[in-house]
Amino acid sequence: MPDLGQYAVEVLSAYAVSLGSLVALIGFSIWRGKRVKRALEDAEARIRNG
Amino acid sequence: MSFWEYANPRKFMAVSDKALPWLFTSAGLALAIGLIWGFFFTPDDFRQGSTVKIIYLHVPSAMMAINTWAMMLVASLIWIVRRHHVSALAARAAAPVGVTFTIIALATGAIWGQPMWGTWWAWDPRLTAFLILFLFYLGYIALWQAIEDPDTAADLTSVLCLVGTVFAVISRYALIFWNQGLHQGASLSLDKEENISDVFYFPLLFAIAGFVLLFIALVFYRTRTEIRLRRLHAIGLKERMT
Repeated sequence: MPDLGQYAVEVLSAYAVSLGSLVALIGFSIWRGKRVKRALEDAEARIRNG
Repeated sequence: MSFWEYANPRKFMAVSDKALPWLFTSAGLALAIGLIWGFFFTPDDFRQGSTVKIIYLHVPSAMMAINTWAMMLVASLIWIVRRHHVSALAARAAAPVGVTFTIIALATGAIWGQPMWGTWWAWDPRLTAFLILFLFYLGYIALWQAIEDPDTAADLTSVLCLVGTVFAVISRYALIFWNQGLHQGASLSLDKEENISDVFYFPLLFAIAGFVLLFIALVFYRTRTEIRLRRLHAIGLKERMT
């Protein structure tokens, strides 16, 4: 860990906010993508089965 | 092969399916190299101290906040002129990515500004234009959510995107237009005299590449979701009619 001196709180909080936001965006996108994919597969199966 | 072939949802799904693992992997690698290099292996700035390490997040996110809107503008124009559904859905898919980049740019800017300028926020031309761009992103997303018919939603959001472009341009060029405010000039410049030192420049390039690749990967992934959602919507309508 580098010595961040008197600005440690600022630097670490900037990284925490940014990486947290990116992880949340990626996680939400993947979760929603999987949910929609499953719903579409169910709907297409319903059509195939009449 | 024509570019317009990718406007076919089936073609887009096939190509994006192959590209996505490469895009996510290369985005992760570039981001890891840029951020680890920048955070652990670069020196403090003689004036800004260790806060200079925020540059590896602030500059790429601010660049991508504006460039995401530019991509949405191009996609919206393609929708208006050629009525390709994939382009409208790609614009819709990009908006939450753009708003996240804007939040990161605003938050890291405030965190960086507090120790350097003595304030979290100032009504500086660039900062204010960025805040308005953020509000346009929220309005754009809300408009898509508010209208049930996808074609009408695509039409109206495309018009909103054209209007919001004014603020995306102002965010980028506010310093040149007004030449005032707290915010410094561009960190990356073709003019060697104005550019940041090489020791910060190269890790920053990796971080920017990581943000760009992550943006492309996320827009591809989210556009695939939007295409599936549109198909699901169509099936739902058909089922209700029969």
